[in-house]
Amino acid sequence: MTNYSGRRGFLLGGAVLGAGALVSACTSNEPAAAPASAAAAPSGPAGANDAPGTAVTIGFSAPAADHGWIAAIAKNAQSAAGRYSDVTFKPVEPTNDINQQISAVESLIQAKVNALVILPNDGQQLNQVARAAMDAGIPVINLDRVFPDKLSYRTWIGGDNYGMGVAAGHFIGDKLKSSGASNPVIVEIQGIATLPLTQDRSKGFADALKTYGFSVTAQQDAKFTVESGTQVAANLLQAHKKIDAIWNHDDDQGIGVLAAIKEAGRDEFFMVGGAGSANAMREIQSGSSVLQATVTYSPTMAASAIRLARLIAQNKGMSDLMENEVPQSITLASETITKDNVARYLPLGFES
Amino acid sequence: MTEVDPATHASPAEEAVAGRPGAPGRSWGWGRVGEARHLGLVAALVLLAVVGLVTRPDNFATSSNLVSILALASTIGVITVGMTFVIIGGGIDLSVGAVMALASVWATTLATQSYGPVVMVVCAVLVGTGAGLVSGFLIAYGRMVPFIATLAMLVAARGLAQRMSGQRTQLVQAGNTAIVELSTTRVLGLPLLVYVFAAVVAAGWVLLNRTTFGRRTFAVGGNPEAARLAGIDVRRHTMVLYALSGLCCGIAAVLIMARTTTGSSTHGDLYELDAIAAVIIGGTLLTGGRGSIIGSILGLLIFTVITNLFILNGLNTSDQLVAKGLIIVVAVLLQRRSLRTST
Repeated sequence: MTNYSGRRGFLLGGAVLGAGALVSACTSNEPAAAPASAAAAPSGPAGANDAPGTAVTIGFSAPAADHGWIAAIAKNAQSAAGRYSDVTFKPVEPTNDINQQISAVESLIQAKVNALVILPNDGQQLNQVARAAMDAGIPVINLDRVFPDKLSYRTWIGGDNYGMGVAAGHFIGDKLKSSGASNPVIVEIQGIATLPLTQDRSKGFADALKTYGFSVTAQQDAKFTVESGTQVAANLLQAHKKIDAIWNHDDDQGIGVLAAIKEAGRDEFFMVGGAGSANAMREIQSGSSVLQATVTYSPTMAASAIRLARLIAQNKGMSDLMENEVPQSITLASETITKDNVARYLPLGFES
Repeated sequence: MTEVDPATHASPAEEAVAGRPGAPGRSWGWGRVGEARHLGLVAALVLLAVVGLVTRPDNFATSSNLVSILALASTIGVITVGMTFVIIGGGIDLSVGAVMALASVWATTLATQSYGPVVMVVCAVLVGTGAGLVSGFLIAYGRMVPFIATLAMLVAARGLAQRMSGQRTQLVQAGNTAIVELSTTRVLGLPLLVYVFAAVVAAGWVLLNRTTFGRRTFAVGGNPEAARLAGIDVRRHTMVLYALSGLCCGIAAVLIMARTTTGSSTHGDLYELDAIAAVIIGGTLLTGGRGSIIGSILGLLIFTVITNLFILNGLNTSDQLVAKGLIIVVAVLLQRRSLRTST
């Protein structure tokens, strides 16, 4: 509870001052503008939606937490459900096996939950079971990895991978431009290169850099693991004797990247992270690290998804919107965390 | 290491028999072929170095790049030494990456870290050796096929590592940076962990080529029945081989903690494949009875240099994998040819 009220204070303060992250994101990122402010609504000052309503059971299924980010997703969902007396939270055993996740969702359909929040291992492969849930009259809140068929979910809420790349590209482009760099060496360390989300991030990054007349000099993937981050970074530092900027897609693997950088004793460049882990934020806050910013892909989206599921199951809309019902799709803005605003984000950072 | 010592002190009589049946001929033959094959591996490395010098003249041959290659090879190199023993002894250890991950996680839990860096190192080594002993026991006394027993260990160790860490990445705490200094402190231009790697290779070479334990390993792998008739306790020896591999994983866990400043259940993913490939390329027979530590290390260096070359030239991971696959095939084909000519 205390934890939550701190966050409510943060959101409230942000809304009132017009300087809060979500609000400033509204003005800078048009496609996500309306939804972002809407996402903040459930905890907004009006509070009408927070009042206990019909008792609802919300089912939750997500991949196994083999990564700090996914671990934070489960934790956020759990704690969001915990603060409503009218919500019974029914998570199923997390798994990385498609088959198991399908049967887990089937068991939730049979249990006749009032709403389902699903972060699928693979949207394509779980589409059918999500559709079955919808057909059985259970609204599905699709978290992050999207189902290809719009009939398979009531609402989608997730991060903006392309926008994440854009945010990183703008931070790096702007900083290099103002320092008068010409032909800068920009290195990109991806997560798993074959994933569409990685390709979206890289495309956003390249597109944003292009507006400054820059391009990515070298690109390698590091599989989202610390160890691979170290290996790839160590080799990249050898390949480029002078680097101007690095964008590392993922703060978890970033721990390894930073270890390699420290080991090599290099500091002629600055680095931008991705996702927004607490560890990266502390690094940014210290001011002595090459890591100067990180662009968010916040696991708090799971908490928002639970809140949306509750509203949908209770037939409520979002109090900041005119519409009577929750929107069909909500894309969160990727926010840029720097030394200047890191203090505000630290409570939201996830431990990797 | 203490598990190993008793085995090396064999009675002279036993030693004499152990060497006789099949083992001498084989091991001499291995010596000749092995050296010729090492020349091939060295030639391959030289070829790669030439490619490096031609494609990236400014970057490849710099001392910092070469040091970086050695540092990158260290972790998996230590594992490769243990793997070489197991494979020469007629087995296989699929659990190495997972056991290393488990050891790194166990050593970096807050509880372990509160005792300081020395306990962390001891913990990693004990966890590795313990896991190896369990696999070895199942194989030697439970009569399980090594592939299955170590596959079970792979899955279980990875799962336990995830459970212990809560799937979090565990940072080495500020008070225990002595661990990280293994990677950041340099002596004569080389990080300390390269010396650890070198020490493990040297110890492995001596153990394999200059002790009774080593001779028995060849005997057990070449013909376990003959080895048993010669008075070797094949079961116990087999168990010790897996414990040795586990010990190497524990040491590798310390090195990975030093390099990445973390313990994590994701460490060492697919290390087993890299280590097995390095051993095979190095001329060790997958069926056991023949092989060499030096060959394995050269095989591993070939892999590490390829990764380095690909990244220096800005090529992507998929191409690296294809190149590595091709190298394994070529190495095995060459190996088969040299076997045929040597017999």
